[in-house]
Amino acid sequence: MTEPSPQSTAGASTTGAEPRTGSQLVKRGLAEMLKGGVIMDVVTPEQARIAEDSGACAVMALERVPADIRVDGGVARMSDPAMIQGIQEAVTIPVMAKARIGHFVEAQILEALGVDYVDESEVLSPADEAHHIDKWAFTVPFVCGATNLGEALRRIAEGACMIRSKGEAGTGNIVEAVRHLRSILGDIRALTQADSTEVFDWAKRLQAPLPLVQEVAATGALPVPLFCAGGIATPADAALAMQLGAQAVFVGSGIFKSDDPAPRAKAIVEATSHFDDPHILAKVSRGLGAPMTGIGMDDLDLRLADRGW
Amino acid sequence: MKVGVLAIQGAFAAHAAVLESIGVAPVEVRRPAHLEGLDGLVLPGGESTTLSMGLDRAGLTDPLRAFVGSGAPVLGTCAGAILLATQCLDGRSDQVQIGALDVVVRRNAFGRQVDSFEVDLEFPALAAGAPPGRSAAPFHGVFIRAPAVEEVGPSVEVLARLEGTPVAVACGSVVATTFHPELAADPRVHEFVLGRSPAGRR
Repeated sequence: MTEPSPQSTAGASTTGAEPRTGSQLVKRGLAEMLKGGVIMDVVTPEQARIAEDSGACAVMALERVPADIRVDGGVARMSDPAMIQGIQEAVTIPVMAKARIGHFVEAQILEALGVDYVDESEVLSPADEAHHIDKWAFTVPFVCGATNLGEALRRIAEGACMIRSKGEAGTGNIVEAVRHLRSILGDIRALTQADSTEVFDWAKRLQAPLPLVQEVAATGALPVPLFCAGGIATPADAALAMQLGAQAVFVGSGIFKSDDPAPRAKAIVEATSHFDDPHILAKVSRGLGAPMTGIGMDDLDLRLADRGW
Repeated sequence: MKVGVLAIQGAFAAHAAVLESIGVAPVEVRRPAHLEGLDGLVLPGGESTTLSMGLDRAGLTDPLRAFVGSGAPVLGTCAGAILLATQCLDGRSDQVQIGALDVVVRRNAFGRQVDSFEVDLEFPALAAGAPPGRSAAPFHGVFIRAPAVEEVGPSVEVLARLEGTPVAVACGSVVATTFHPELAADPRVHEFVLGRSPAGRR
């Protein structure tokens, strides 16, 4: 773990006999625990139990999966608290839930419900066209989407404790998630080659805080875990994300919009654990039935990944 | 020295980084063959339900049990501690229990993530590394949706407590913590475990 940013320790000591909640170490710590796992979108307690039975390391509780949000249109908001609580009661694994970008009151409500991670998500309709949530103000940790390194570091500066690729949610098409992972990880690799003078220019071009850019240049990694989301539909998709350098995967519509969710969920869990073993990938990919129907990027009217600033 | 880190799911990368920092080569363990030639093993935190299913699906449960019983140093943290226990409360009925530590643990005993916390712990057994005559400096405990040790059998030694509740326990060369030493930027717990012999160096 890297040291928390100065904001997190202001006015409080990290050592002492008094237990301390909501610190960066504790918030980023849960993201560490989710590595190598699959976080599954679920809309009912029954789906949540299928996810847990399949080996999901967490679930994302929401009213509609992204594929349905895309079809339904209109304004997509935080889920009904009763629905989130129903899922919390159904499973023992962590439960995450989504708040709209910039909608800090939805985030306050999710924190009051005791959700384990808040996803400030572009899948919902943005509530603020300029500002994301000040995530330092919360005890609950946040995950945010990013399409490139600058966006990832801006979210971390705002207090995000986990970054995920945005991909293009609800499409069953991995191409955008691959673009985002390659962009983030490729820029990290290039940044580690920059000399100390060039790092200033990197910060300017990335529109990201200099101390975070310097940290990435020195360590060769984001200061928080990097997961993949957006378009994973098959075990091979999950393993692709992991081999590219993601540390865990979110699967949204890909499981419960497929023909036979339970075996697919289990196969994606195994593929994420054994992402670098093609023999196991071949075994778990057999006979899963039809995946969700995918959508080509040229056929999209709405790009969810364009949301966020 | 080669030490395995169970890498089915969870905080295996953080444990591997600690091992590297003390000059130990970490080996990611995902299949039974990966256990061959190891001098020790770490069972990391993560989700115990996910780890349990992953062990069964990979055919690792019995090989792991055999390795843990072999007398080699083993450290289980959080979900890893749950796996090592003889009994788990508030878990799934089909959860794997290695049963190397005669303790009863309760999952998520401290609450949800908003209740996760960090606190300094007295851990007297770490004094072995301190200058002569000095007691061990506190160890910084990071508790993430942590389990609690609710019952301890006669074969089990309690190494550290938080407000009376055991948070680090051992039986011979097998040590479990309900907190996350891999997140503390302090390798003393790892060093302590790897220094334990089957005879029970106390």
